[in-house]
Amino acid sequence: MSSLASSLQHHFADFKQQKESVVLGMWSFLIQEVMFFGGLFATYTVFRSQYSHAFAEASGLLNVNLGGVNTIVLICSSLTMAMAVHAASKGNRGGIAFWLLLTILFGSVFLGVKVVEYKEKWDHGLIPGIHDEGLRFDHVTHQPRPTGFWLYFALYFAMTGLHATHMIIGLPILATLAINGLRGKYGPEYYTPVEMTGLYWHFVDIVWIFLFPLLYLIGAHGAH
Amino acid sequence: MDATTHHEEHHGPTVKMYFAIFFALAILTVATVLAAKVDFSQVLNNESVGSLVNNAVALGIACTKASLVILFFMHVKYESKLVGLAVVASVIWLAFLVLITMSDYLTRASDWHLFVR
Repeated sequence: MSSLASSLQHHFADFKQQKESVVLGMWSFLIQEVMFFGGLFATYTVFRSQYSHAFAEASGLLNVNLGGVNTIVLICSSLTMAMAVHAASKGNRGGIAFWLLLTILFGSVFLGVKVVEYKEKWDHGLIPGIHDEGLRFDHVTHQPRPTGFWLYFALYFAMTGLHATHMIIGLPILATLAINGLRGKYGPEYYTPVEMTGLYWHFVDIVWIFLFPLLYLIGAHGAH
Repeated sequence: MDATTHHEEHHGPTVKMYFAIFFALAILTVATVLAAKVDFSQVLNNESVGSLVNNAVALGIACTKASLVILFFMHVKYESKLVGLAVVASVIWLAFLVLITMSDYLTRASDWHLFVR
């Protein structure tokens, strides 16, 4: 492969050393992402411990079916991403493009469902900073909401919003990889960009794996 | 080069394994939804222990799913020990963040939330 010689940076002794450095560098980035999201998860833990009943009541207003379907959709996109990396490691050009396009498709479905959910929250008047009344009073019974109710929705939008932002950033990267894959830029000797983007995409999946039970399921047994 | 490719097939991740992990993740997702519909406070007739069980089950399943993704989809099982150490360090850091923050909030005089609407 002619592109292969140019993909070894001069400051590395060989591809093995370059690969190890890149993998560790990518993980350093992902650990920084853990810190990024970690602040929100810690904030969530603090307020949920203080306002557990308000959080359960607010969580009960989310659509568990849509959240569950989205969880499966995201797991599908992780599988297709893993398959894309596998295809790249075999130098299968069509395979890289096919699996990456499927990953983009599942990622887009996820974001589409998220738009439907956000629209639902908008219609129910549950957006912090915009719908002050809806967050203070139930618009049907006119009963006051419990203390901390709005905090749940502030965290819901901050956490799912940051997660969705990561996916929106990921989609064009996946598209670029698919085009480069079709052009034969990746083969068994060098497919690091596909593999590193895979790490990013799987990380975003892991964030959702925690967001789903923490945001959607705490009110699911309807005791409150 | 053929020999190395062959070698990798035996020790690296396989397509079959990816699909097995996928099905495990899907089953665990269904499990966490079903478990959340059970109110352990009523089952155990104890509100605080019950909600603890509900939370422990939800987080236990989430951690299991995350571990599967990290080890197999993210290839940490096949990487050097240094990468594994980096991953474990991030989990320990996160535990410090949450545990030390909570040890503060749960033990201080609880007048701070008067400032919350």
